[in-house]
Amino acid sequence: MAASPAIQIAPKLLAPAESQVDFGARPPGTRSEPPVANARLALLLFMATETMLFAGLMGIFVVFRVGSRAWPPVGQPYLPIAVTWINTAILMASGWTMWRAAAANRRSAGAHIGTDLSATFALGSLFLAVQGFEWVRLIHHGLTLSSSVYGGTFYILIGLHALHVIGAVGWLAVVMRGVSRGRYAPASSQAVGLCGMYWGYVCALWLVLFWLAYLM
Amino acid sequence: MSETAAVGAHAHGAHAEHHELGFIRTYVFSTDHKMIGRQFLFMGLFMMILGGLLALLVRWQLAWPESEVPFTQWIPEPHMYAGHMDAAAYNSFFTMHATIMIFFVVMPILVGAFGNFLIPLMIGTRDMAFPLLNMLSFWIALFSGFIMLAGFCIPGETHAASGWTAYSPLAAVPAFTGVNAGQNLWCISLIVLGISSLMGSINYITTIINMRAPGMGFFRLPLTIWALFIVAILLLLALPVLTGALAMLLFDRMAGTSFFQPAGGGEPLLWQHLFWFFGHPEVYILILPAMGIASDILSVFSRKPIFGYRAMAFSMIGIAFLSWIVWGHHMFQSGMNPALGTTFMISTMVIAVPSAIKTFNWLGTLWGGNIIFSVPMLNALAFVSMFVIGGLSGIYMASTPVDIFIHDTYFIVAHIHYVVFGGSVFGIFAAVYFWFPKMFGRMMNETLGKIHFWPTFLAFNGTFFPMHILGIGGHMRRIYNPLQYDFLKPMQPINVFITVSALCLGVAQIPFVINFFWSLFAGKKATINPWNANTLEWDAPSPPPHGNFGEIPTVYRGPYEYSSPLVPEDFLPQSRKLAPEVSARASH
Repeated sequence: MAASPAIQIAPKLLAPAESQVDFGARPPGTRSEPPVANARLALLLFMATETMLFAGLMGIFVVFRVGSRAWPPVGQPYLPIAVTWINTAILMASGWTMWRAAAANRRSAGAHIGTDLSATFALGSLFLAVQGFEWVRLIHHGLTLSSSVYGGTFYILIGLHALHVIGAVGWLAVVMRGVSRGRYAPASSQAVGLCGMYWGYVCALWLVLFWLAYLM
Repeated sequence: MSETAAVGAHAHGAHAEHHELGFIRTYVFSTDHKMIGRQFLFMGLFMMILGGLLALLVRWQLAWPESEVPFTQWIPEPHMYAGHMDAAAYNSFFTMHATIMIFFVVMPILVGAFGNFLIPLMIGTRDMAFPLLNMLSFWIALFSGFIMLAGFCIPGETHAASGWTAYSPLAAVPAFTGVNAGQNLWCISLIVLGISSLMGSINYITTIINMRAPGMGFFRLPLTIWALFIVAILLLLALPVLTGALAMLLFDRMAGTSFFQPAGGGEPLLWQHLFWFFGHPEVYILILPAMGIASDILSVFSRKPIFGYRAMAFSMIGIAFLSWIVWGHHMFQSGMNPALGTTFMISTMVIAVPSAIKTFNWLGTLWGGNIIFSVPMLNALAFVSMFVIGGLSGIYMASTPVDIFIHDTYFIVAHIHYVVFGGSVFGIFAAVYFWFPKMFGRMMNETLGKIHFWPTFLAFNGTFFPMHILGIGGHMRRIYNPLQYDFLKPMQPINVFITVSALCLGVAQIPFVINFFWSLFAGKKATINPWNANTLEWDAPSPPPHGNFGEIPTVYRGPYEYSSPLVPEDFLPQSRKLAPEVSARASH
């Protein structure tokens, strides 16, 4: 397109010069502050994408589970339900301590945060240790990734969750270090809140997976 | 100014003149959204050349199956044997053509390049919400491209050869295609690209929700931004499903599992469901940004407001939602329950409603407009017309009784190319010509642009329209040598015509390449708003500096107020504040 000719604008229609525009007088519909902070929104979106990932994998599990004549297939071991109940309780306890830490963080009650975060860290690590111990036993009994689709879907689904818990424990370690060094003072920090949110997600996800893989 | 905008202003505007970044931080590991957009553009254009050349190899083979392909003697075995290709090489070439064009051309350019470049500029902010994440998303995408291309360099083996759909067990058992490492690299590359796309999507959505300029309500967003916002949501929710499936396919190939192999108790159809649950939204991921871009360009060069702005936005939302529930129409031939097939047929046909709303609104925008046939406008018009043809052929495939006959024929190939080339690639050309002045500060040459457009448009139709005829005639796709089938021999002249047109289409891109690089260095200097457009990016200098705007603009109106009676000129930028008495007149 050719350059347009100089346009004559009636002066009375013009706004004041740029420097004189009152940026404080906002037009209708203008927000002063986003309702959700960037990092929190990003984490929510990340959790949405994780939910879709797990939904796909759970769909695969259900297809195999429903389409199978015997579950577990002949020659494959049953999953250890009793110890997994206990392990579930451990993870839920970690969710409770994390909730306490997050609540203390919101109240800026700094003294309790470190203790609760440490308890969460310990319980999360214990959950992983118990699960690892059970996996060794299951492999010993012939349940491997390639032994059947039963074994394959189990390790994919539960293993991916375990990876998430490992990630959450690592994140928690970073946050604990920050708290112990006073990096997040005053205590009401976004770092603790976000980590708590993710921890809660991992715990809630486990309840669904536990029901699906072990109890269904 | 919002808090985030204020922070951004402090981070960029206030200090922009105080710190000079070095070459590496400016041009290589840049966190500036504009540079990342340009990086994605160059990556996509390079891959477009590669993907296009692969297509020409495939077309040559189909037209003259027994002859030597010119200029290919240098390609090593097993891809080519002294200028000849075998069936394995053919499979590999069409697989890689599709993969490269979809994942490394259209997505990086429309979503990566223009998304990155335009979102902060068009919503009136200084950068993306997470600039470092943005930089990482480009470098991970580039890394993924290297992984994909590495498949060509494996000694003694062709690249992935199971088609871009990677249907199992073809893709899961290396013995079926004779490809092992190439197919593994294909899977790994797409998993890595998925990570990059998720990073980008999170960034886009957060930026659009949280960092809009004062006054920039959702219904004042340009339709390009609406489209990119919807696409980011689609990517965010569709890609993880494919990523999980790809990981399981890799396990099948490398770890002895059999999720998708019937021999081990697996379900090949499960792969198809998972793939198309991603794959069908993916089609809209490719076309929606072009829809937004065409909407903006049609309005600018018609000098008219877009017809039915809200209907356009809502129809994009409708298309995106419906794209989730229609994946089964890719699987009508898989032995699906007829009741389920009918459900998928009806839901697929319903997509015609929002698509028609968009098409009629584009026509409504053009109707009575003061149309300027600039090169961006020509490409946008080509987008609309080709998308209509692609959409109409889609109706045939949505219909189960017809699909039974035309599935896996060249009719499908014609349809996808009318949508992805006729739609997305003309959208890319339109966008490049339109925003080149803002991206690089120089104008592209209009004459060269028209020399590029018209042969491209004609050769495109010469290439892909006859494929409808081939398909209805029963010409299967993905065959290596049509002359092996007696019933296909009468159709061979059409194959030759298509290949000649395809070669012309390839040659027609030379003016574009010349124009792009010549204009980059010697094009006419662009003014701040060479097209007299309304949207906010035209408030920033050409090219915009670090931080984009001197002062974050305030938005007073929608993006399409062309030929407004309130002002004597035929455009009214979103950020121009009118005197109170004029605003009062507008409200009455």
